[in-house]
Amino acid sequence: MGEMSIREGYSRSLVEYAGTNEKVVAVEVDTAASTMSYLFEQKYPERFFNVGIAEPCAVDVGVGLALGGFIPFVNAFAALLALRSLEQIRTCLCYAKTNVKIAASYAGLSDFKDGATHFAVTDIANLRALPNMTVIVPADAAEAAQFVPLVAEHDGPVYFRLSRGAALPVHKTGEPLQIGKGIVRREGDQLTIIATGGMVGRSLKAAEDLAGKGVDARVVEIHTIKPLDKDLIVASASATGAVVTVEEHALIGGLGSAVAEALADACPTPMQRVGIADAFCPTGRDVDGLLDACGLGVKDIVSAAQQVLKRKA
Amino acid sequence: MASLTELEIKQLEETARNIRGDSLRFIHNRGAGHPGGALSAAELLSVLYFQTMRLDPQDPAKETRDRFLLSKGHASAALYAALSRRGFFDAAELEHWGEVTCKHQGHPDRFKTPGVEMTSGILGHGVAVGVGLALAARLTKNPSRTYVLLGDGECQAGIVWEGAVTAAKYRLSNLIVIVDLNDVQLDGPVHEIMPMDHMAERWKACGWYVIEINGHNVRQISEAFDLAKEVHDKPICVIARTTKGKGVSFMENQSYWHGNVPNAEQLKQALSELGLEGK
Repeated sequence: MGEMSIREGYSRSLVEYAGTNEKVVAVEVDTAASTMSYLFEQKYPERFFNVGIAEPCAVDVGVGLALGGFIPFVNAFAALLALRSLEQIRTCLCYAKTNVKIAASYAGLSDFKDGATHFAVTDIANLRALPNMTVIVPADAAEAAQFVPLVAEHDGPVYFRLSRGAALPVHKTGEPLQIGKGIVRREGDQLTIIATGGMVGRSLKAAEDLAGKGVDARVVEIHTIKPLDKDLIVASASATGAVVTVEEHALIGGLGSAVAEALADACPTPMQRVGIADAFCPTGRDVDGLLDACGLGVKDIVSAAQQVLKRKA
Repeated sequence: MASLTELEIKQLEETARNIRGDSLRFIHNRGAGHPGGALSAAELLSVLYFQTMRLDPQDPAKETRDRFLLSKGHASAALYAALSRRGFFDAAELEHWGEVTCKHQGHPDRFKTPGVEMTSGILGHGVAVGVGLALAARLTKNPSRTYVLLGDGECQAGIVWEGAVTAAKYRLSNLIVIVDLNDVQLDGPVHEIMPMDHMAERWKACGWYVIEINGHNVRQISEAFDLAKEVHDKPICVIARTTKGKGVSFMENQSYWHGNVPNAEQLKQALSELGLEGK
């Protein structure tokens, strides 16, 4: 309790930034109360467009606004944007290179109470496969807020993956933050834990636990899944000789896959991946309990680290 | 608006005829393309590009220009014909259409072909993208209008109607959709594949101002666009009744010619019927 939710960090920052950049507009799909884009609507009603329950239309309306010189943020649930609107995103954002920002709320398992229909655990895989797309997953509310101007000013489409709830805080407002540049959140030389989104905080906790067991783990945050900071990943893998990836996403196609691809090309390294199994997740009572139940607990990260150390040459 | 002179009508009809001939030559040379829907839209494109829209090929990015979205992107041959004849690029570039080194794509690409406002090809996008463009024009007090050309088969796609109700909600009278209603789609007649009867009523029910015309009559087309400018509280839908494959007897109303290519003999006959043999 007490930590601001990632969606709120994003939304408040967008309202503030829109005060300095009149080109920012928002599109919504009848989820303004959920995505918190209602804050934008209250402040800038003339720059806010609610198209009703029509995610493909919302993306295409954003495309038109971008062609007309604006910087639209399209607000909706990640599950709908990444799946129902995927063709719009592929054709009209990526292929046509339009400057549309997809604010994908309720990502991962963060909508714990609504179940598998509402979870978005394949979205990173869907989106990172598309040329010209940038995929960003902030670790906490402060980072989401600090990313908003960077996302807006980045020239091209962005998939901005946002959790409904709060995450363990890892980012201090004002710390260096750059699209495409990973962040070493903890130094260590025996293995590297590479994490994204809300899993960065959990990975830092796991690193503390490991330190108590005499294992010195580096923690690298990869907030930009695409373009991937291969230099940092390869340097860390090479320096520590073992890698664990951690993500609130399916094991198929997400951060772990992206890291494995990068290392396979440049620096094959023993690896364990912590993520969601190839199955639909159940409804939960709270997000932390659901994450634990779906194999994303701190103990799962610790266990993966211990396993990969056994495979280390 | 002053009505068209007889000379202007003759010129627009001549341009439509040339759009047909160019389209068939481009498709024949490439060995691929979609002749039927290119021929049905020839007069619509002639009036839009040579009469109605404010455009300047010498200043193609001018903010106040009118925008055209070819939502039925498979009619690219007709769009390329109109754009090249309007002076956006040299039609000779299309002699190599289809080769990987030719910049012009099978379906329109906004970065590759000068004058193309938006990449298209997958059906259904034009109305919702047009909504965004029309909203942007309103926000910036830009007098630009957005014209979107749809096929009637395309209207089977649900996103068309998501965009339609959004345009009506925002009363976008700077958005003009034209339905090229030729009643033929890839697999057969539209009224058999998935009937889209009562097309005018559908758009009216969504809150649009509807104008019904003969889509091969350049005077009616021009007057419809003039009338659209007098509408100030609704988006406008021009339902243009057309014939797929118009002007070539063996192509008219035949779904086969949605996406098949005339051979040399068929091209010769088609150009002869169009009065373009040897031109």
